[in-house]
Amino acid sequence: MEKMNINRSAYRIKEAKILSARMLTDTEKLFDIALQNGESLDYEPGQFAEVSIFGVGEAPISICSSPTKRGSFELCVRAVGEGRFTNAMHKMEAGDDIGIRGPFGVGFPVQMFEGNDLMLVAGGLGIAPLRSLINYVLDNRRDFGKVNILLGCKTPLNMLFGDEIETWQTRMDINFSCTVDKGAPDWKGNVGLITSLIPGVDLDPANTYAVVVGPPIMYKFVIKELTGKKIPDNRILVSLERHMKCGLGKCGHCQIHNIYCCQDGPVFVYERIKDLKGAI
Amino acid sequence: MKNVILRKSRLNDFISILATMEKVMAPVAKGPKHFAFEEVKSAKEISLNYIPTILPPKKYFMPQHETLLEYDTREGQKMRAVAEVEKIVLFGVHTCDLAGVQCLNIVFSDRPKDLNYLIRKNKIAIIGFECNFYCDEDASCGLMGNYLPKGGYDMFFTDIGDYFFVHVNTQLGEELMNKTGVHEEARMEHMNALEALREKKKTIFKNEVDVDKNMIPELFKKGFDSKVWDDLGERCISCGNCTNVCPTCYCFDVYDDPDFGAKTGKRIRVWDSCQNEPFAKVAGGESFRSLRKDRKRHRFNRKFRYPVERYGKFFCTGCGRCTRVCMARINLKDTIRSLAKEYK
Repeated sequence: MEKMNINRSAYRIKEAKILSARMLTDTEKLFDIALQNGESLDYEPGQFAEVSIFGVGEAPISICSSPTKRGSFELCVRAVGEGRFTNAMHKMEAGDDIGIRGPFGVGFPVQMFEGNDLMLVAGGLGIAPLRSLINYVLDNRRDFGKVNILLGCKTPLNMLFGDEIETWQTRMDINFSCTVDKGAPDWKGNVGLITSLIPGVDLDPANTYAVVVGPPIMYKFVIKELTGKKIPDNRILVSLERHMKCGLGKCGHCQIHNIYCCQDGPVFVYERIKDLKGAI
Repeated sequence: MKNVILRKSRLNDFISILATMEKVMAPVAKGPKHFAFEEVKSAKEISLNYIPTILPPKKYFMPQHETLLEYDTREGQKMRAVAEVEKIVLFGVHTCDLAGVQCLNIVFSDRPKDLNYLIRKNKIAIIGFECNFYCDEDASCGLMGNYLPKGGYDMFFTDIGDYFFVHVNTQLGEELMNKTGVHEEARMEHMNALEALREKKKTIFKNEVDVDKNMIPELFKKGFDSKVWDDLGERCISCGNCTNVCPTCYCFDVYDDPDFGAKTGKRIRVWDSCQNEPFAKVAGGESFRSLRKDRKRHRFNRKFRYPVERYGKFFCTGCGRCTRVCMARINLKDTIRSLAKEYK
């Protein structure tokens, strides 16, 4: 058996350094990362990267910063129970080295969104991928019409990006609302499921793109509300969570019918996937 | 490219001479109805009258384990991307397995290309071997139209009594032929004999399920919620045998295999199976094909419908391996027949 170097291997990682790392909640940690040698990660909002720690493995993580942020990019990682990779990632601190492959997949069609109103809906950790789009829109604010952002999470303690949310709340050029499933004594905001925020939004369905990102269970209910608002299926976009193991449309883990989520998605126009059973 | 013949009495010369120059892999009998591709040095080790080997030639193109990266974390996250390759000659590959390799070629050349596979593939010479009769009752090469050669080989052998008719299809095939030098030119009588055999085969190999192949993708679409899947789900034990032996199943997992000391190691690719429950599970715990019927249906659709939509090609070769190895006796032809019965 002969071993050959393959410099163009799709499995080759780019070396990267963690510039800063901080806990956002008890379970989510935010990393600011730069590729070595000043190389930039050329990505679109909504794309993901395969993050590598040698000896532990690789995991697909959505990029939560906007490409308008120069020099580095951000990943928000939730440590899950027995998740070997996410727990190892949480041990990483500023100055540590990691590997990156990507970016991968189809992101949000920001060019298509231009000139339209936006209704951006995130539930739970869905704010991580959606934040890449929110910040992109805010950094290019005049390219878009009315911008509504709806955010939901379990409790105020689970709220991610709290400092940024404060600024979103005060900005006059967007409408921002958030809700928690379960309140807390010092919580003065909405309590209830995210679906409860949608009826109150004033929107022009023919001129609005809705974007929904959240846990699998959320899609059906939110999309039902959006449809109730007369937003057509081809103006609703979703970002689907699957196990994108290789990112290359090969390994099969992320496959939904004949679609590879890692290459054909993770962002899909709802119309394309709505009849694929099990997609959402 | 050209046609030659090889006297059967010279087959051993052909193989032994070839084996002095190249590593030759061929079907070898391992037990009753049990064959495997293994390295051979002479023709007497080879069982040319074989039913499909337990593992298809896929194992040479996409090994069960292969190193993708060698890493070193002593200073940062250093790595070297590698491909493990071995120059071999595969001898005696049936037409169903030639079709299987052609399917894998499509997947791994689809962008982004998989260089590990493509580099390895180019080091493998393929010598096909024609089936004159059905290997057994589990095959469905009649339905899939794979009982006749459709390319995918460097040389192709057909047994015509006391000689093999050999179609030399590529320059590599011609080089191998010339290096061994035991062939004779094919004459018109040989061509006619081949022609006659192929004609006769058309009366032997028939559509085994009596369902028009071109209607099958639509049948699977209509039958997505069929009770056929409930039945299969109840019987399937999720062992993954069917995916392991399938010549076109290519799903894999990638994980790290640290050396002692854990500072260095390898990132490896291993075969995986969509029949395992955690296959489509995400970090948050959601499993997108949690039921056996979901997984069984997915696998069948990945043979008869999804690749037709995506690559314009069926990913079932008709080799019959999944039926032969199924511990729950799930039968591919019966499954198609049941669907057809329900939706006709």
